[in-house]
Amino acid sequence: MGQAQTSAATPDVLRVDGVSVSLGGRRILDDVSFTIGAGQFTGLIGPNGAGKTTLLRVILGLQRATAGTVTVLGHPRSRRNPSIGYVPQKVLLDSDLPMRARDLVALGMDGHRFGMPLPSRQRSEAVREMLHAVDAERFADARVGNLSGGEQQRVLIAHALISRPRLLLLDEPLANLDLRSGQEIISLLARIAASQQVAVLLSAHEMNPLLPVMDRVVYLAGGRAASGPADQVIQAEVLSRLYGHHVDVLRVHGRVLVVAGTDAEPGADFTADHALEAG
Amino acid sequence: MHQLWTWVFEPGFFSSAPVRVAAVTGGVAAVVSAVTGVFTVMRGQSFGGHALGDVSAAGGSGALLAGLSPLLGFVGLGIVGAGVMDMIGVRRVRGRDLATGIVLGAAIGLSALFLYLTSVSGATTGAPAQILFGSIFTITSATIPAVVILSGIAVACIVAVWRPLLLDTVSPDLAAARGVPVRLVGLLYMLALAVSVGLSSLAVGAILSTALLIGPAATALRLTRTAGRAVAAACLLGVGATWLGILLAYDSYYWGAAHQGLPVSFFIVAVIFASYLLSGFPSERATGGRRDTASPASPAHEHIAA
Repeated sequence: MGQAQTSAATPDVLRVDGVSVSLGGRRILDDVSFTIGAGQFTGLIGPNGAGKTTLLRVILGLQRATAGTVTVLGHPRSRRNPSIGYVPQKVLLDSDLPMRARDLVALGMDGHRFGMPLPSRQRSEAVREMLHAVDAERFADARVGNLSGGEQQRVLIAHALISRPRLLLLDEPLANLDLRSGQEIISLLARIAASQQVAVLLSAHEMNPLLPVMDRVVYLAGGRAASGPADQVIQAEVLSRLYGHHVDVLRVHGRVLVVAGTDAEPGADFTADHALEAG
Repeated sequence: MHQLWTWVFEPGFFSSAPVRVAAVTGGVAAVVSAVTGVFTVMRGQSFGGHALGDVSAAGGSGALLAGLSPLLGFVGLGIVGAGVMDMIGVRRVRGRDLATGIVLGAAIGLSALFLYLTSVSGATTGAPAQILFGSIFTITSATIPAVVILSGIAVACIVAVWRPLLLDTVSPDLAAARGVPVRLVGLLYMLALAVSVGLSSLAVGAILSTALLIGPAATALRLTRTAGRAVAAACLLGVGATWLGILLAYDSYYWGAAHQGLPVSFFIVAVIFASYLLSGFPSERATGGRRDTASPASPAHEHIAA
């Protein structure tokens, strides 16, 4: 999985530099910096409310940063950046929606263009290839609203990938999936990151399913971030600094648990906001 | 055979000028409403469409009071109403009901005022019924060019924003991330919606315009799997219901001894409603039958498994 050598030679796919976001006087992100190299699989990990979605929206240009810069492939991030693919959190696909899986994938290619699509062999061939790549061919003609959560994720990933982006952002893609579907999506993404040289930045509040495939982790807590290889970031010392109070990192049978430390000063920083998830 | 023919089509049906004008204007209004309506139903904005009908009612009754063509009022005030709804925040789901409710309330109030003043002035009898419930047989052929031009504008708007509007319907986040100018797309759609509602107000009345907008579209969405086919099916259903309604209303003059024709709008809406009910039966087959025969990994099962 390690792509460290290649990323050193080519410009970073994504460089986030000192990004801060304040909304309504509340600091959501505080001086967040990290880079992602070509084809790297990065987990954006943190408890609910840590600012993961806000960070992804800043990278996409949907949210203005109060300070800091985002650079994509060496250029300042611009709106309508075809080199970024995106799978939003909680896309509600109603079963009444008259749209087959293949139609939604096709919209990933030219959904921003005006006018109606003209039938094209090239277009439908590209869609078929993409559906094959995410193993979604067998439900290509079903209504997207009638697919299971895992099947919908595959279609949304194909939608995001068909424009051949260099960076794929996914916001909590495992949130509503059962364990098995989640595992399937993760191995699919790892395969795509390696074979198509797409860098993946995936947000999750639960890191354990990602541990086998993550090249790097960006850990967000209290608006601050620490990044690097997982075994360097997921350390009691590093995470305690982020949370602003002591936490313990327990490693049990290859799983990692982040738990609030026993010697937290009563009433200091330890509020409900900081309640940690087993992660 | 001939007897059956004259039983279905009462004497004079095809030579009647009002019938021909009604068939053209009604058919055009049905097509435009179907094209726009499919998106209205998909986007869950049926209530907004209904509110625009009430705005059209205010416009139509105002135009009647001022001695202008009702169509001018229907469409003109409808566009203003659509703009106001967009400004208040029809794009945000939270703001949508609020925007719709405020505009709807104001519009009904205005209609009440205008229709009262019209009936007091005594210039036109039956004005409230004409504006609210339509009178397609009283449309003159001079109105046809305006109807055709307006419908062209509305259909052109929808065709222009087809793909970005579909993407925005699936997920506004997805559309914005792709760089879709969501505000412009939303405005063009609202313009098309206002014009469609104005045209169907002319055909079946402002209050019933929702039926022509929503009914054929909702029926078509039950029967088809792509947006393009849904629009085609909605057009066929809408035009069919309108023409059948016109025929039934024409024939109804001969049904009783009293020779009292029944309102066209009733028949059109009745046919639309009946077709919607009937479309409920084959829907499982059309949607691929996955709803009930879902694989073991359907969302509901996953939730339990998790």
